Amino acid sequence: MLQIKPILAALKRHKAGTILIALQIALTLAIVCNALFIIQQRVQRLSRPSGMNESNVLAITNRWVAVNDKDTASLTKTDVQALRQLPGVEDAMNTNSFPLRGGGWSTGVNLVPKENGKPAGQTTLYFVDEHALAVYGAQLIAGRNFTADEVIVADPKDIKSTPQVIVTKALADKLFPKGDALGKQMYLSGKDVPPSTIIGIVKQLQVPWSGIWANDFVENATLLPVQLTGSYGIYLIRAKPGQLAAVTKSAPEALLKTNRMRVISGERAIRTYEKVREDAYKNDRGMAILMGVICVILLAITAAGIVGLTSFWVGQRRKQIGVRRALGATKHDILSYFLTENLMIGIAGVVIGAGLAVGLNLWMVTQFEMARLSAVYVFAGVIALLLLGQAAVLAPAMRAAKVPPVEATRSV
Amino acid sequence: MFAYYFQLGLRSLRKNPLLTALMVMAIGFGVAASMTTYSVFRATSNNPIPQKSSQLFVPQIDNWGPEDAQRNNGEPPQAITYTDAIGLMRDHRAKRQTALYPAGLSIVPADANQLPFHENTYAVYADAFAMFDIPFRYGGGWTAAEDDSRAAVAVIGKTLNDKLFHGENSVGREINLDGRSYRITGVMDHWDPQPLFFDAVNTGGFDDPTQLFVPFTRMIELKVPTNGNNNCNKDPGQGWDNWLHSECIWLGFWAELPSKAEADAYRSYLSGYAAEQQRAGRFRWAPNVRLRNVVEWLDFEKVVPAEAKISLLVALGFLIICLVNTIGLLLAKFMRRSSEIGVRRALGAARSEIYMQFLIEAAAVGLAGGLLGLLLTGVGVYGISLIFDPQVARLATLDVPLVLLTLLVAILATVIAAFYPTWRAAQVQPAWQLKSN
Repeated sequence: MLQIKPILAALKRHKAGTILIALQIALTLAIVCNALFIIQQRVQRLSRPSGMNESNVLAITNRWVAVNDKDTASLTKTDVQALRQLPGVEDAMNTNSFPLRGGGWSTGVNLVPKENGKPAGQTTLYFVDEHALAVYGAQLIAGRNFTADEVIVADPKDIKSTPQVIVTKALADKLFPKGDALGKQMYLSGKDVPPSTIIGIVKQLQVPWSGIWANDFVENATLLPVQLTGSYGIYLIRAKPGQLAAVTKSAPEALLKTNRMRVISGERAIRTYEKVREDAYKNDRGMAILMGVICVILLAITAAGIVGLTSFWVGQRRKQIGVRRALGATKHDILSYFLTENLMIGIAGVVIGAGLAVGLNLWMVTQFEMARLSAVYVFAGVIALLLLGQAAVLAPAMRAAKVPPVEATRSV
Repeated sequence: MFAYYFQLGLRSLRKNPLLTALMVMAIGFGVAASMTTYSVFRATSNNPIPQKSSQLFVPQIDNWGPEDAQRNNGEPPQAITYTDAIGLMRDHRAKRQTALYPAGLSIVPADANQLPFHENTYAVYADAFAMFDIPFRYGGGWTAAEDDSRAAVAVIGKTLNDKLFHGENSVGREINLDGRSYRITGVMDHWDPQPLFFDAVNTGGFDDPTQLFVPFTRMIELKVPTNGNNNCNKDPGQGWDNWLHSECIWLGFWAELPSKAEADAYRSYLSGYAAEQQRAGRFRWAPNVRLRNVVEWLDFEKVVPAEAKISLLVALGFLIICLVNTIGLLLAKFMRRSSEIGVRRALGAARSEIYMQFLIEAAAVGLAGGLLGLLLTGVGVYGISLIFDPQVARLATLDVPLVLLTLLVAILATVIAAFYPTWRAAQVQPAWQLKSN
């Protein structure tokens, strides 16, 4: 039923059109595969859980003005108490950072004291108090929370470690692969750093950074019972359900009422956690959307191009079609002729395109921090483009099938 | 003739509205995608200080040793220590030089009803103003003597001056920073170099304009911490003084070296400086230094976001596909008119006339595609804020050069795409066409 030989003979007379369609399919495949792959990578990244209970959380960045660094501890304490008493607030705390914030501390962590060299693991440090688990909404899976009297006040330049720490499961498993981290000691990197006992393990808590460079330790977090002094700090507030909007307004007002010598300004000073997540993954989401739009338009344009050229070919070959029909070819024969023709051009296109797709990806791997393209995407792209070609050619091919045999007798 | 061919072209385009629409849309989308992504690329790869970019240099000194450098392709750290910054300042080997860091200060308005606020603030030396060609509306920078005396002086930006002093000449007046009073020596005119080259390390190259400069020496004396990155390869020990004299890197440094000879001399001076540190026992490795000018520095800091490059590349690929598509459609369109061409040729039209006619027709398609592309580019530029940070997005604008470029690219690309179809059209044999009719 396949009429490959006559099709090849016919295509030889339409070299330019054939090459153009094949080239277009090849280029489209190369770009669509890579675009889909970028989309998948980005979506995978931005759907990582932060480990927090993300609803009803508000973050306020506070900077004290004209206050001696040592005096900020009592001011901060007053602020936190004021926030906790605010109607609509479930709990609140002062911290240096939180998941996806964008800035924070990171350091090495070891099983033995270590000053230089490669640490056993990398972790972010969250300086918090005994309200941290409630405010983050982190799930304690082993051990216990900090107690109020374990929380100390310290200068950020002086603090080395604390006797008790809570770590994430990811970090616990990295340091103690046997799963017996609870109660064990670990050492933060540095000179003469006292050991820290792991008193609790939380299920999950992401680092403050969403960038690719932090991928290696994205879930390695250590909580220390420390209230840092210094002019810069963050109030993380958990509102009661449905009260977030009210608290977003009332909390900064309450802070300014306690003390006006502070700065809470700038785009990022007051953010709900929803906004925090949006900011952190803005590039990723944007790239995914952009690539998606480009894919859709590209496929539409390629399909339109196939429709256009095939229509032209059908118009050119009306007489030949009429002759074939007069000689006994059925409508179905004509239809399958054009479908097969397109399939052959399509196969040539996708073969070249698959090579281009892999080449483009390999080049991008060397230029940007990108992963290798998985064969699944090339395969999916090949199927998609072949189907697209068949769908695009259907309408002109059906028009061709309708050419009556009497066309053979007309002179035009 | 041109007008006539243009009319013919328009008529032909109207005859096949679907095919024409397809081509116009392909070109429009292709050009718009390219131009939108190009607008971001153009903004981020801009030379922020073209008149001096080859005279301003960032020295880098490896104070962490080969083990750390190895992780960085052998490059020294991107910032320098206080020890080295002071060493380079003291040796004073460049025409002008400054150490700098973003100072964590807040502005306290004199009006007690207004709340304190923050503006981007840099601690610099007096040379910085002349080095960076900072324009002044009133007054000027402070003097080197004021650097030495750790004077409480400040230079403020135009926006800050408008906010605090309603745009009046505020030179000589006082500004309260973190509870301390500073005398204003100058008010800058609008100054917003993009990318923000002098502190690409902390800002990634894009941030809101700097509104306040204060003396580096005074900030160190007051122990004002940096608002930017601080990286330590080992524990600096307790307190400010230990940190200041540690191997922690947190400062930027710029040197103005007007000629190549001076740059070369400075480079060997840097090696000599590092060698001296090695002899003194501070470095246990051979000198590893760099000296990069503005363009090289921005390139090294990878200021152009990877997203901008990838999306530009993908968009260019997209444009190429749109053009391949256009070649095919134009071919179909032109060949369909073989008989018309045959008649024209038989009546005496030269091949060049055929070329002319079809290329003009293609240019008309290109123009229409360009106009659609312009509209879509407008939408695209508006949508850039979806992908990029506001500090980058605000730089990507649809200005006159971009409008012209959009139209030019659309027309040029279409005409280039039309060469092959036109050549085919010109090859039509008049006798053959006439015979079959």
